[in-house]
Amino acid sequence: MLGFIFKRLLQSILVMLAVAFITFGLFRFVGDPVNNMVGQDTTLEEREELREQLGLNDPFVVQFARFTANAMRGEFGQSYSLRIPVSELLRERLPATLELSIISAILALVLGMPMGIYAAIRRDSWLTKLFLTSSLVGVSLPTFLIGILLILIFGVMLRWLPTFGRGEVVYLGWWSTGLLTVSGLKALILPSITLAIFQMTLIMRLVRAEMLEVLRTDFIKFGRARGLGNRALHFRHALKNTLIPVITITGLQLGSIIAFSLITESVFQWPGMGLMFIQAIGNADIPVMAAYLVLIAFIFVAINLIVDILYVRVDPRLRVSGGKK
Amino acid sequence: MKKTSKLLSALAVTTMLAAPASAETFKFAFQGDMPGLDPHSLNETFSLGFWGNIYEGLTQRDGNLALKPALAESWETTSPTTWLVKLRQGVKFHNGNDFNADDVIFTWERTQTEGSDVKARGGLISAIKKIDDYTIELTTAEPQPVLMEEMSFVYIMDKEWAEQNKATEAANIKDANNPGYATNHANGTGPFKVVERKAGVKTVLERSDNHWNKDIATNVTRAEFTPVKEAATRVAALISKQLDLVWPVPVQDWQRLEDADGVRPLAGPEARTIFLGMDQGRDELLYSSVKGKNPFKDIRVRQAFAHAINLDAIKKKIMRGAATPTGLMVAPQINGFSAALNTPYAYDVKKAKALLADAGYADGFSLTMDCPNNRYVNDEKICQAVASMLARIGVKIDLLAQPKAKYFGKVLAQNGYDTSFYLLGWTPGSIDSHNVYQNLLSCQNPDKKMGAFNLGNYCNKRVDEITSLMGSETDPAKRQALIDEGFKLVQDEVGYLPLHQQPLSWGAANNVEVAQRADNILDLRSVVIKK
Repeated sequence: MLGFIFKRLLQSILVMLAVAFITFGLFRFVGDPVNNMVGQDTTLEEREELREQLGLNDPFVVQFARFTANAMRGEFGQSYSLRIPVSELLRERLPATLELSIISAILALVLGMPMGIYAAIRRDSWLTKLFLTSSLVGVSLPTFLIGILLILIFGVMLRWLPTFGRGEVVYLGWWSTGLLTVSGLKALILPSITLAIFQMTLIMRLVRAEMLEVLRTDFIKFGRARGLGNRALHFRHALKNTLIPVITITGLQLGSIIAFSLITESVFQWPGMGLMFIQAIGNADIPVMAAYLVLIAFIFVAINLIVDILYVRVDPRLRVSGGKK
Repeated sequence: MKKTSKLLSALAVTTMLAAPASAETFKFAFQGDMPGLDPHSLNETFSLGFWGNIYEGLTQRDGNLALKPALAESWETTSPTTWLVKLRQGVKFHNGNDFNADDVIFTWERTQTEGSDVKARGGLISAIKKIDDYTIELTTAEPQPVLMEEMSFVYIMDKEWAEQNKATEAANIKDANNPGYATNHANGTGPFKVVERKAGVKTVLERSDNHWNKDIATNVTRAEFTPVKEAATRVAALISKQLDLVWPVPVQDWQRLEDADGVRPLAGPEARTIFLGMDQGRDELLYSSVKGKNPFKDIRVRQAFAHAINLDAIKKKIMRGAATPTGLMVAPQINGFSAALNTPYAYDVKKAKALLADAGYADGFSLTMDCPNNRYVNDEKICQAVASMLARIGVKIDLLAQPKAKYFGKVLAQNGYDTSFYLLGWTPGSIDSHNVYQNLLSCQNPDKKMGAFNLGNYCNKRVDEITSLMGSETDPAKRQALIDEGFKLVQDEVGYLPLHQQPLSWGAANNVEVAQRADNILDLRSVVIKK
């Protein structure tokens, strides 16, 4: 097991280096950051000097090597547009994104799983049909549109809920949380629903499909023949066996929720990392973009690792082969 | 960090207790944030405007952009290059320190430090002599008739405070590990002080009790600023009364604001002139089907372009009637504007076609046009309209519309003015025509720092001469005559194709009264919340 984890960690570092390398290659196409950093009266020489000192004129490989060396020490430089260290910026924004993502993931699981199970057990009920049809909407509507629709209905027309920002936050050490204030919780509702809808429909459809599959297998038939009740059959035996793919997908989806929360965050002006990244693109703020992308790569890698480990725990068959390697 | 936030919240509590019973909170949003609080770190409209609530210059602008005394009480020129300035007495910084001549001298020195982006403004002054605590003499290397105009954006900082906090140099972005104390803290003389700053998220100001000017209109005691990036989110937050004022509002959302209860669009002419520029410098255009020569060197081609563009159609169809078509490169609010000269080129397709045929391009030619798509009001749509208008006279435009970071990276000096035909907007920061002459109308001359934004290198020796004469001409009438002569020359030669002054586009709750300044700056001094 230890060897397995060690090997995966090594691979993870390679993955992150590759991500950093590719993103660095892309930065040449985002435009010139210097124009956003100085006003119109700044002379050409001053602009040139700034470029030189920021190392923007260095060859690609030199810039990349410097970035990697600094990143190893946890240093990502200073944001071009907000003029504070990127590490500080990330630390400020991370709690907002994690809270939003985790609440959304929980929402998606808590709603999606029971709906999926129900849809698998009562295949022909009208409620199942309703779930399936509405889930199509959830999958096909873009997040941006869902967000704007929710803002329009609950913010502008009904005026029940705030439509931007995080409300009041409380600081627990450096961690800012919106979960302890009323305005913070209210502010969380619309963005977390927006972010959860796609995941929820995905989980529901996945649970349903897997469950139907498992219900058709021999061991369920045998169980039924032995006279086990529906409840035990469905929840103790069938559900347990559907969980493996569900864990994988949910785990990996948590990564995507964090990574792709950027649309939701920008619609709701949610002060998380996704919004930070979108703003950084607009300003060609290279240090922020680089740090964000590497961090997201790290999150994906870490989640994959955890999912792999969970696999081994849930599925005894993997323990033999995986453990030996 | 933790310590400071505690300190700040303690400060907030005390000020909350001290606030008068009629506490008014004003919540407003813009599309982006400023780069911290250091008032010398960026020379850009929004940031300068925001800092102007916290800090003050020797002079300031009122709601109509008229120049008013601020930290300078009065001034006079004692020779063409020296100014005697009386400073205001009894002014205190937010921390209680007194304002005096030392602070002005310190600020001037600070504007010349490496990280400063207001070097050009501060650099107009070559020496400051302290006569007594409240009298100084400014010396300029050359006569500077608009020196005090330029000083309205040079914000005075407290010498003692800066020294105590090691902020004597402007925040320097090159120093990756030291953002600078003044980036996250502020201590000005302005009517508002900073109580909270979360970069990119929120900045909270509160009314300062010890401001020298008791006559300013505002009744706002607390102002909360949030950057809101998405226009749709900004507008929704205004309509649902979560915000009191937002800008910019997309022109196409004006109707929505008019239909909604309790909010209104605030539109007015902005002092920014939008224009098209043509590469008249190169012997062959970089992006055109014409090889071996540059069609823009022929005045008939430039005239043809001028007559082919229908400014009224752009105004009606794209700007919802809210733009002001213009024949000049400066807006009416700018010193030096002349109504008599402000006649746009007449829209006349027949004439345009004839001119083009005369010049030998009866079959037209093709040309790439550079255009930003997120910088000015409806910039990309304007370019599309221009392209279709030029198509009528046979000029085929390939439109390259890009986000501003990419657009400016391509067309500006550092990339060798890589464009043949482009759209740009300009507001002279000094609210004076000389700035336009220097940056847009003079021949490109990097050594003299002239024509830096004259991307197409329009060049006329007489205009250059006028520019330098105007810079030192202190007699207003003679100066105006020079300005008029130059504008007339540029117009006759079709050096540029001015389009319009774009509209300011704000949205506000009905109970908010505010002076909408033509330089697109929100001055909290003018904000009154009615009951």
